[in-house]
Amino acid sequence: MNATALSLPTEAPTRRPGAFRRLLTNLSGMVGLLLVACYLLFGLLGALGATPYPPNEQHARDRLQPPSAAYLLGTDLFGRDLASRLIAGATNSLRVAVTSVALAGLAGTLLGIVAGFAGGWVDTLLMRVMDVFFAFPTLLLALVVVTVLGPGLENAIIAIAIVYTPIFARVARAPVLAVKQMEFVTAARCIGSSAIRVLLRHVLPNTLAPLIVQISLALSWSLLTEAGLSFLGLGTVPPMASWGVMLNEHRALAENAPWLIIYPGLAIALAVLGFNLLGDGLRDVLDPRVQGRRGR
Amino acid sequence: MRRYLIQRVLAFLPILIGVSLLVFMAIRLIPGDVITATLGTEAGMLTDTQRESLRRYYGLDRPVSEQYVNWITRAVVGDLGISTRHGKPVTELIAERFPVTLQLALMAVTLGLLVGVPLGIIAAVRYNSILDLLVRLLALAGLVMPGFLVGTLIIFVLSTVFGFLPNAGNFARFNENPGLNLQQMIFPAITLGFAFSASIMRMTRSSMLEVLGEDYVRTARSKGLRERQVVTRHALRNALIPVVTLVGVEMGYLLGGTFIIETLFSLPGLGRLLINAISQRDYALVQGATLFIAFTFVLINLVIDLLYAAVDPRISYERNRA
Repeated sequence: MNATALSLPTEAPTRRPGAFRRLLTNLSGMVGLLLVACYLLFGLLGALGATPYPPNEQHARDRLQPPSAAYLLGTDLFGRDLASRLIAGATNSLRVAVTSVALAGLAGTLLGIVAGFAGGWVDTLLMRVMDVFFAFPTLLLALVVVTVLGPGLENAIIAIAIVYTPIFARVARAPVLAVKQMEFVTAARCIGSSAIRVLLRHVLPNTLAPLIVQISLALSWSLLTEAGLSFLGLGTVPPMASWGVMLNEHRALAENAPWLIIYPGLAIALAVLGFNLLGDGLRDVLDPRVQGRRGR
Repeated sequence: MRRYLIQRVLAFLPILIGVSLLVFMAIRLIPGDVITATLGTEAGMLTDTQRESLRRYYGLDRPVSEQYVNWITRAVVGDLGISTRHGKPVTELIAERFPVTLQLALMAVTLGLLVGVPLGIIAAVRYNSILDLLVRLLALAGLVMPGFLVGTLIIFVLSTVFGFLPNAGNFARFNENPGLNLQQMIFPAITLGFAFSASIMRMTRSSMLEVLGEDYVRTARSKGLRERQVVTRHALRNALIPVVTLVGVEMGYLLGGTFIIETLFSLPGLGRLLINAISQRDYALVQGATLFIAFTFVLINLVIDLLYAAVDPRISYERNRA
């Protein structure tokens, strides 16, 4: 169909290079990796307190200053340095994204693998419960959790983790069902491997590829949800810096100080773009079915 | 066909029950109890007898299972309780606000499809051209820019460049003043429809690309049909099947999006009602509105599911999908 399809046969006999190497030759994967790396770097800088100014420090004389040498990206209504707040916001959103996706990934994968491996009524019960969670629009489910727990960064983490757990469960379950039937699993059981060992050594590695792709997408969604909840005043609570809160607080000022919405908006869009491109790249690299069919 | 219909509808019943249980239990999980949470610091001023009578009024002195059964049987006949902040029945509030959300969602879906499907087709037909690249960039922008960002930017551009505030003045309902209503609704609908059209574009493009490589398309071409006919008559109909499914999947994002868009554009819809109810701790309203939205979402998915079966001849009515 196109050049990639033609080049396949010549690649096949050689040993496939490592997944990471292949990711570096994949355009969207490469750009995604770069953007995510920048995001991680800013998140780290914020966590170390390496910002131009303390993010909550108010400079009463320098309110609503446009970008300048003193304030790289300008200042907000309280004279706080926007660049410093953006970096602190990266740290906070990163904390929410990583923690919530880690929680959801662990819980969901465990539930999915157990359901798929056990089968029978365990599988039916677990998956029916997951169906109930799927019956909610994702943001609504997050809102329900926030209603119960109240706003705040930690509660946003829990809300996002709960929303994403069923998704990981589904993603992890499907390959388990497929792998379970394979001969190497039967063989492992025949030579007396315990169920746990079969799960960890033989089943889990085969669920990793789709999970890794899912993690990348989950991070981008988690970032968006944190920003969305904060935008609604139900996520990160001011004065803590959050990109969503910044956009919401500065909306009314946009006419006179457009940099106040442009930079936080750009930060959100680039971070989400990074995770999405990385997810796409990872899928191309890890999923053999996609190779040679790059028509997306 | 009828048996299939009944089967699908019955399969949704346990989900509806599960959803209602989850909504009910969530409110019971609020730390302290609903009375303390609603009244806040004022709860400390209640005497024991007052607190007791409030508990009885809200039915909190009954066993939880009984509370649930009472709540759900009343909900079925349309009684979702009274909103503490509005002093009105929750059902009345929902009936008042839902048309706005529905109009917003329908306009967004229409816009999304009108823009997304044709652009997706063009991108697929002109595969790897400049047009294709532009469409892909547009779709990517829609994917990475959340609604509140798009909306904020739209309001910013409208107010600075055109001196127009889309959310100024009183909201006009469509039956009262259609012209003003559309003027107030069009920009929220564009905001909401943007992300939706992006997904539609991506899906139409990739599904069209796949179909265009099929044998029957080659056959149609070799018969000497004009390309336009091949695309519209042979390829498009098959390519649209996954797009229909996507509309159902995206409905959830769309409904979720209305919470933010309505708040951003100050529209008196169901989403904003719910957000305000959450910040004001109006629990009867939160419970009622959440139940209503979740049920609507489940029903939309049921309808899409049935539509899907009607569109795609490969789905057999007899066998249940795993």
